Parts: sequence; structure tokens; C-alpha cells
Amino acid sequence: MPETMIEAHGLTKSYGERSAPVRVLDGIGLQVPRAGVFALLGPNGAGKTTTVRILATLTTADSGTAHVAGYDVVADRRRVRRAISLTGQFAAVDETQTGEENLRMTARLTGLSRTRARQRAEELLARFDLTDAGRRQVRTYSGGMRRRLDLAAGLVGSPEPGVFFLDEPTTGLDPRSRRELWTVVRDLADRGATVLLTTQYLEEADQLADRIAVLDGGRIVAEGSPETLKARVPGHRLDLVLTGKEAYLRLATRAVHHSPGTLTLGLPTDGTAAHVRALLDEIDPHRTDVDRFSVHSASLDDVFLALTGATTEPTEAPDHV
Amino acid sequence: MSDAPGILTHAAVMTGRSLRISRRNIDAVITSLMLPVMLMLIFVYFFGGAIDTGTAYDSYVMYVVPGVLLLCAGFGSATTAVAVSEDMKGGIIDRFRSLDVGGTPVLAGHVAASTVRNLVSTTLVFGVALLIGFRPAASLGGWIAALGVLLAYIVALSWISAAIGLLARTPEAAGGFTFFMSFLPYPSSAFVPVDSMPGWLHGFADHQPVTPAVEALRGLLLAQPVGNAPWVALAWAAGILTVAVGLSGVLFKVRTA
Repeated sequence: MPETMIEAHGLTKSYGERSAPVRVLDGIGLQVPRAGVFALLGPNGAGKTTTVRILATLTTADSGTAHVAGYDVVADRRRVRRAISLTGQFAAVDETQTGEENLRMTARLTGLSRTRARQRAEELLARFDLTDAGRRQVRTYSGGMRRRLDLAAGLVGSPEPGVFFLDEPTTGLDPRSRRELWTVVRDLADRGATVLLTTQYLEEADQLADRIAVLDGGRIVAEGSPETLKARVPGHRLDLVLTGKEAYLRLATRAVHHSPGTLTLGLPTDGTAAHVRALLDEIDPHRTDVDRFSVHSASLDDVFLALTGATTEPTEAPDHV
Repeated sequence: MSDAPGILTHAAVMTGRSLRISRRNIDAVITSLMLPVMLMLIFVYFFGGAIDTGTAYDSYVMYVVPGVLLLCAGFGSATTAVAVSEDMKGGIIDRFRSLDVGGTPVLAGHVAASTVRNLVSTTLVFGVALLIGFRPAASLGGWIAALGVLLAYIVALSWISAAIGLLARTPEAAGGFTFFMSFLPYPSSAFVPVDSMPGWLHGFADHQPVTPAVEALRGLLLAQPVGNAPWVALAWAAGILTVAVGLSGVLFKVRTA
């Protein structure tokens, strides 16, 4: 088995009219080592799903090359398909079949006999904590159960440890289901699987991934471990709630975080009492402009905003868990 | 790791899936059962008295039942378009493709399930027809030939319906597109003799697929001379099927590119 399980060079892809193509990928390169979780992080429309679909052989790039598990995604499409499992943004299970029927069907499609398919379905239901729900139609499942079943179905035919593509696996899940899914993903990686997941939630990438590539506008704008990415911004942020608009405008240029609605600004700091005290004295010598303050550790959000130049939070921010 | 399964295994698994799903889709089952029965009752009891079908038939019910059977097949097949479109909309088609299941087995499963559904609803309609006075006089050979023509018609319509399902962007649109299939029996000899229609319509009514199919079914079931109608009907079905399979192959590639 190769050391680099997913490798891509110079992937480009455009959609739309020939006369006015929309470039979705603008030269994506990736190196994903065997075993572990690799996160593709980016806002909607950054090109995450297109990248995954190219790597999973569901669509082809306009230019560039990609290898998964050592096989070319175009020339060796069939071998790649047998080595990977894919969980897309839309749950790929039938609502009107039971969980068990979905898994048995998938197992039969990969070539298992009826008996083996039944056994495999039982195994996977147990592993993903769905045994009790196995005989119910999927339309009665919660979002989290659906996702787990979807993952299980992706696992049916692939030899473990394999390569997993999870496209926004927790989008739309409640905090508890998200946590449960994280456990499942970590468990996969612990068993030696190579997991490439896409997410627009920085917290998710931070919690799960060994390495993160930040995608924006079809390009990778940064790559590294969560720690090295976070090291790119000052360790802490001093958030100030100001007393008036004049003070807000006067200090806005120094801030790395702006929230005009609440007159809040975030200023970089190293988090020590000495620095915070000195900073407060410096910006507010008359002690009238700052109403309240709080100190935060830098989050990946700060990195993300710094790297992508985005000014707004993701529209559908996760509840913090 | 098991051997890669063949297209036949895939088609068989897909058929099982489509059958399970259609069995649980109670609304669609009831609609495709009730509608043809209602239409038959409407034609026989409301319109029948006013329609002159000539002296060859004891009553209108003898004339109209074969047409209702084809109408029923049209309704039943149309649900295939919606089912295929639902598949294309959701993520399931990507799962199938990542398991190396091609478009043909997926559609074949839908078509096979549609055929089974249609045979069930046809049997029911036929049963009601017997209750209201339809008296077939076919020989064994006639029965087999009639079933053959009906099956060919159902399979061809189901597959063209599957192709429509690939063409439509939403399941709702897919349902709308299949309207013409349900409409096709009206400008044919299914409910009224073509002679009674305006002259400009004769050319179309005489040369569209429903007319030979209905003539064949009626002749075979009532043990009347059928001429070459069964062969023309089968040729139509084969032609439609060929176009539908070819078209859906291309459409599947385009839609999943």
C-alpha cells in the first residue's frame, strides 16, 4: 500500500457555457498520507465537493492528475472505486427501505452472496449503533442515524483500512449527532483508514483533522496541521465592547475582528496580563471608551478569516458544543 | 474481497430494490390501481351509451376494455419516470456509481418493477371488466399472444418513461412529461373507432403505437381476425424500446458527468 494514499496535481475544472465558463478549481494539489484525517476546509462554493468528486471518479478534471491508493482516477477508475468509499452531501440511502435492507442491497451490489450480505449488514448495524433501528424504514431516522447508515453503506464493500471521502458529513446535524459522527470518523482513522473530509466548520477540522487544507475560490490558500495554521495568527485576541461609535471607528483599523452591531472589536494580544493592561492603557488612556473586555484563544475562525479575507461568518454556523 | 458482480446480478438486486420501494409507496399504488378502474367505469356507464362502435360488438364494454388496459399501462409506466428522477436527484446514484453499477442495471430494475406493478394493476382492471360484462372468447394461443403484446407495450413504455426520468430536472417535471403517454390512447381506436374522428386526425390515429396494440388486444381477446396488428404492435414496441435504451444510455452519461 502506498504511503501517500491521495495525491493530486494541478486539478482544474470549469462548469457552464463554453463562452463563459465558471472556474471551480484553479490548480488544486494535495498529498494525503496513509491513515489519519485530512480536512478540506472552505466556505460554500470553494470547490470542496468538486475536488472530492474528481478524486472519487464521479467526475473528471479538465486538467491535472490524481491518484488514489496508487491508482490513476481516470485510467484505473474501477480499481479506485473498489478501494474507496464515498459519503456525499445527500444521504445515499433509500428512505423507503429499512436500514438493514439498504446495507444488504449495497453488499449484494459489491458481489457478496445473500448470506454474506446479511451477515455484513448485521455487523455494520451493530458497529454503528443501529441494530435497534435496522428493521425500520430510513424515513423514520434522525439526521444523525441517517448519516451513520450512510457511512456504513459506504463501508460495506471497501476492504479496510480503505480510503474514505466524506463530503460535509455533519452539515445539518444537531450538536449531539455531530459529536457521535466525530467519534465514528476518529474510530475509522484509528483503524488505519485514510479519511478525507470536507467541512465548512472550522471547529470540526480543528477537532478531527491531522492536517487541514484551506480552500478558497478553487485554490488551496494554506495547508498544515491545526497547530501550525493557528500559529499564523497571534495566540490570543482581546475583544473589547466599546462605549460609542467614535471609539469604534478610531480603533477599527487596529482590529482583526469586527462586529459593528455590538460595537465589538478584537485586537491581537499574547494573552499576558502585562500586555493586556498595557494595551488597554494605550488605546483608552481616559478610561471612558472601553465598556467591557474578554480574552479568547485564537480559533481557526481567525486563521480562516485572515487567510480568505472573508468578512462574514459562514451563514450556517454550528452551535458550539 | 469478492469477485466483481456482473450486470445481471446488479439488475436483479436493482429489481428487488425497486419492487420493495414501490410496494411501500402506497399512494402511487392506489392511484395507478384506482384511476384506470374509474376511467373504465366512466367510459362504460357515462359515455358508452352515446358511442356507436358498429355491429361487431355486443356492447361498448366489449369494445373499450382493451383500450382501458393500455391506458392503465400508460399510467403505471409513468410512475417510472418519477422514480428514476428521484434517484437522480438524491445521492443514491453516486453510491451506485461508486460501486461500479452502471446506468442500464439501475434503469432495468425500475423497468422490471414497473412491469410487475403493471401486471398487478392490469389483472385488477381485468377483474373489474369481467364483473361489468366483458366476456373474452380467446383461445389459449390468443391469450398468450395478447399477454405478449401487452407486456411488450408495458416494457417499452416503462423504458421510455425511465428515459424521461433522466431528462427531467425534477421529479415533478418528470411526472408532467409523462402526460403524453397517458394521453396517447385517446387519439387512437382505443375508445372510439378512428372513422368517427375528423379526417385530418386519421393519419395520426392510424399510425401511432396505441392503435395496432389495441386492435391486436381486442382481436385476440374477442377471437376476431387481427390481420398483422400484433406484429405491427410488437414492431412499435421493439422500436420504442431500442430508442429508449439508447437514449437513456446517453442521458445517463450526460446527467452523471
